[in-house]
Amino acid sequence: MRNITLGSVAVRVGIVLLCVLWFIPTLGLLISSFRDEADVKSSGWWTVFTDPFDVSQWTFDSYAQVLESGMANAFVNSLVVSVPATVLPIMIAAFAAYAFTFMRFPGRNVLFMLIVGLLVVPLQVAFVPLLNLFGDYNLNGTFLAVWLAHTAFGMPLAVYILRNYMASLPQEIIESAEIDGASHFQTFWRLIVPMSVPALAAFAIFQFLWVWNDLLVALIFLGAGDNEVVTITLRDLIGDRGQEWHLLTAGAFITMTVPLLVFFSLQRYFVRGLTAGSVKG
Amino acid sequence: MSDDPFLKIVNGLVAIVLGVGGTAALYWVLNFLVGLLPGKWDKRIKPFVFIGPAILVVTVFLVYPALVTVMYSFADANSIDWVGFQNYVDLFQDDEFIGTLVNNLLWILIVPAGSVIVGLLVAVLADRLKALPERIAKSVIFMPMAISFVGASTIWGFVYATRFAQGDQQIGLLSAISTSLGFEPVAWLRISDYNLNDLLLIIIMVWLQAGFAMVLLSSAIKGVPDDTVEAARIDGASEIQIFFKVVVPQIWPTVIVVFVTILILVMKVFDIVYVMTGGRAGTSVLANTFVLELFEFGDAGRAAAVVVVLMVAVIPVMIYQMRQFKKQEAR
Repeated sequence: MRNITLGSVAVRVGIVLLCVLWFIPTLGLLISSFRDEADVKSSGWWTVFTDPFDVSQWTFDSYAQVLESGMANAFVNSLVVSVPATVLPIMIAAFAAYAFTFMRFPGRNVLFMLIVGLLVVPLQVAFVPLLNLFGDYNLNGTFLAVWLAHTAFGMPLAVYILRNYMASLPQEIIESAEIDGASHFQTFWRLIVPMSVPALAAFAIFQFLWVWNDLLVALIFLGAGDNEVVTITLRDLIGDRGQEWHLLTAGAFITMTVPLLVFFSLQRYFVRGLTAGSVKG
Repeated sequence: MSDDPFLKIVNGLVAIVLGVGGTAALYWVLNFLVGLLPGKWDKRIKPFVFIGPAILVVTVFLVYPALVTVMYSFADANSIDWVGFQNYVDLFQDDEFIGTLVNNLLWILIVPAGSVIVGLLVAVLADRLKALPERIAKSVIFMPMAISFVGASTIWGFVYATRFAQGDQQIGLLSAISTSLGFEPVAWLRISDYNLNDLLLIIIMVWLQAGFAMVLLSSAIKGVPDDTVEAARIDGASEIQIFFKVVVPQIWPTVIVVFVTILILVMKVFDIVYVMTGGRAGTSVLANTFVLELFEFGDAGRAAAVVVVLMVAVIPVMIYQMRQFKKQEAR
């Protein structure tokens, strides 16, 4: 047992204070989303602690109401946007990462530097011309437009993460595969892809959360309407019904469910993805 | 038709199958065709089969549009006539735009530093707890990382909410505290004195990013060799001296990485400002001004000029990143 000293008490008080400070805003949202409309509007959420076991004050009404007013549809849209936008870039990036790691060709370093540079580039530089380009093919407002945009915008990060991971794999394995007469194509599918699963998973989680939580790309290429995603719906709720806190809190919590689920179930991979992909933007 | 969620899901599944299957088929066909070439050419061309599609995607959807954007920034609102530097001249003569630049500066000064400080504090304190409390504490600080900027804006919008009617109870935490201390209720996000509203928005970003800083810094701290700490302790150094003279120098490279990463993110900050204030009351930042110019004012020229300013501001960081990468590769 450790001795209880002034220092160790200070440590505990400090960390508890920080955690409470960090958790309170989310707690307020969560509690309010289960309260009655009249209660939310007439008293602070912290007043529930005077009588937390009074079951009559808890309700799912706000959730039902917000789901009916478009959030359910947006939830489906967000899934339809996020899953393909996560899967599509992976294979393209894996092939490129393989070439950057295991093949020699002129311009290799220059091209990879281009990728590293693009990691930092603000996506906004591409928006106006892309809007025009998609407009020529009537793609604006369609899922295809956001899939393409997210695939491209996620590409530098995907190539970067995967190449760095592949560079850490033992080179002898590739060499011996070559001696055994395996082609690059075979080596890629049979050896490198299975060995790179941790990095592939890390990128997939990171990209999925990025796309699900994205407002900017959705705003530009998808906009409001039948295909709108949860972030747009929530933004519109804030804009149109900014004082309806019972709806806003429930709506916000619905948009957060999927990322929080991913976060709590795959925290280890998520951390790895963040660490590797920390320069994404 | 598109109203049917079932059709949408099918649509998404088809996209996955076609997209993944199509790309796989593309690689297979290209690889097969190149394989037909005589040996020397096969070796020369195959790498380009592997990287070709990635480079193509990045070029068509990122590099080429970026160059076009630079051109647009020298053209008028509808990208038809050239106007020379007029868009830039207009921007830099506009006091509001100068204010926007100052705001961006405020964000990039405070958020990375604030996140690093909080992240370091939590990492150090949690390191002294037992395993379970350490994990819980870290999860609490880290959780906001999973929340979208729009979600975070709702959470904090509720904290900052104020009611003005006589006799109304405050439902926002900040106003509840301030009024209970005897102050009049105020609309927090409209107070531009001393950039208070900017600071209230900046706090949201620190809240979101501190967890990221903590994760990286915590693993760096755990990597500090025990004997260096022990040696200092035997020499009679206090815990605070040990932290600043022994631990901090050893984790400094990680501090820089975290700082730069958050800096890059913050330069492009958009959602929080757009959702919470729309840039009103002097809170705009570059990325928000860009969207306003483009959609509210329909001026593609000025919008392009705003992004080019942002791009130019990012270039030093980009060069730094490339240098770091080269150094890392050389090791």
